[in-house]
Amino acid sequence: MSVIKIDNLKREFVVGSEIVKALKGVSFEINKGEFVSIMGTSGSGKSTMLNILGCLDKPTSGEYYIDDSPVSRLNKDELARVRNRKIGFVFQSYNLLPRTSSVEQVELPLLYNNKISAKERRERAIHALEEVGLKERMWHMPNQLSGGQQQRVAIARAIVNDPVILLADEATGNLDTRTSYEIMSLFQKLHAEGKSIVFVTHEPDIACFTSRTIMLRDGRVTKDEAVNTQSAKAALEALPPSSDYN
Amino acid sequence: MNFSNLFKIAYQAILRNKTRSLLTMLGVIIGISSVIAMVSLGQSSTKSINEQISTMGTNLIMVMRANQQRGGVNMGNTNSQTLTVKDCESIKAQCKYISYVSPMVSASGQTVRGANNWPSSMQGGSPDILTIRKYQISKGTMFTDDDIKEYKKVCLIGTTVAENLFAEGEDPVGQEIRFGSIPFKVIGVLESKGENQMGQDQDDIIFAPYSTVMKRILATQYVHMIYASAASENVANQAVEEIETVLRANHKITNPGNDDFQVRTQAEMLEMMSSVSGFLTILLAAIASISLIVGGIGIMNIMYVTVTERTKEIGLRTAIGARGRDIMYQFLLESAMLSLVGGIIGIIFGLVISYVVSAALNWPFVISGTAVIASFIVCAATGIFFGWYPAKKAANLDPINALRYE
Repeated sequence: MSVIKIDNLKREFVVGSEIVKALKGVSFEINKGEFVSIMGTSGSGKSTMLNILGCLDKPTSGEYYIDDSPVSRLNKDELARVRNRKIGFVFQSYNLLPRTSSVEQVELPLLYNNKISAKERRERAIHALEEVGLKERMWHMPNQLSGGQQQRVAIARAIVNDPVILLADEATGNLDTRTSYEIMSLFQKLHAEGKSIVFVTHEPDIACFTSRTIMLRDGRVTKDEAVNTQSAKAALEALPPSSDYN
Repeated sequence: MNFSNLFKIAYQAILRNKTRSLLTMLGVIIGISSVIAMVSLGQSSTKSINEQISTMGTNLIMVMRANQQRGGVNMGNTNSQTLTVKDCESIKAQCKYISYVSPMVSASGQTVRGANNWPSSMQGGSPDILTIRKYQISKGTMFTDDDIKEYKKVCLIGTTVAENLFAEGEDPVGQEIRFGSIPFKVIGVLESKGENQMGQDQDDIIFAPYSTVMKRILATQYVHMIYASAASENVANQAVEEIETVLRANHKITNPGNDDFQVRTQAEMLEMMSSVSGFLTILLAAIASISLIVGGIGIMNIMYVTVTERTKEIGLRTAIGARGRDIMYQFLLESAMLSLVGGIIGIIFGLVISYVVSAALNWPFVISGTAVIASFIVCAATGIFFGWYPAKKAANLDPINALRYE
């Protein structure tokens, strides 16, 4: 069963008098429970791809199905609803609200969902924080958390609405190697629990923790193959002990 | 998105920037409190003027000499000689809406008793004059109609005159004083009335029979004014018409444009004074509302900066499922809350200011319900009006750019 299916997707931008073709007919399918990395150099179209997958942008042509329902022709408000119910975003720069406690950060997506009561909202937020191992820091402000912890709060925020697909955009880009591996280990744990994840990155050593890689180049898929998945936990243990203090 | 969630989002955002929110509100606080204080104080002063004027008697009617031409010479208002004692008697006999009437002649001069002397003014009237002018006798008696017929040299003196001519504890009643060179016997002392709203001492006065003043002091056959009292406040206008009819008949005037007299009522005076202070109130409120506008622009400025500063937040909210209108409502609500909370604080401040000032000036404290409600509405409108543009701007941000905004 596919959670994402895109069919001959094209996206063109008009820049001045020129037409820039960012995506030139991309097709792929992502099945439930897959951990896919989308790779490519800058200008390859991976950001455009991610925006469309995240329902922040609409394709010029082609069809996009999420959870088996077509979204290409939905209007802005309907797309907002899809983002709220079916997608979880993790960003490179965490995008946490300043001066807001972790639990309130995580509650945020649920505030835009009328069906969820205040009580349920709090319970689900705490549960999501538990999932990323930050329950004891639920009242910490972002400036009291390390980068890795901030990213984990952001991941909790992305999974709190129980999305059909988790989209991560260079989620380890701002982190050092050790913390990156920790975050990847968290993603692998979520994957093991059955989450479908799309991870956009340009770093091959991060992509090797996923189970499949789609390579984009000049707006086309140049490679789409299974990866010999490494364990992030094992990689973490293999790292030399932090040399800063000993 | 329901309102309670929206409310939660907006107040969290306000609380996240406490100092800035407070400073933003300060503009509105100052604006609203000055409007409230100005309007309340204006109304207090109007009320205090009204109260003072009504102590003079609200059904008071004054008939004054008007200008008169004699042989081509304009005599002006004060030198014209048109009103007589006979006019006064006609009014008394023919006007049914008039309860009291008295002629009035006044003369200024030096009063002397022994080694003490004091400049004062002697008012000649009939026994009704005390009722009309709302004076009361504290000691002694009023002169009678017989005293008037006999040109008796008797008088009643106000407390200021009594204090200046007589030693403390001395009873003026029965004593003799001189007004200029003419001796008068004091038959009564008036109760103190204090100052009127113009700051004149109402106790610096001497009342005497009008006949005595006219014959023995001024040597005139004309009176300066006629004081009358309408039967009630409601019939003051009819009473004025009656007086005009009687006087025109007496003076053989057919065209009202040629009247050689003027009839004034206390109600007109009251109206004039309140219209002056009403105008001042409006003027002050208008000036104060300028500061309210400035406060509103302050809110707009901050909201505008906030939208730019929070571009990433807006992008994030959009990404996690906020619709354009959710973002817009959030920013609108933020600015409405800033201005409403500022407004409430401003109303409280304004009332405190006007309470303190009116207490210090001994004015009655008036809470203007209209001003409070109006400022409340203005506040909400300010917040929404000045929040609209920044909110619209926030809602229209492109989420992709907003998310990548640094």
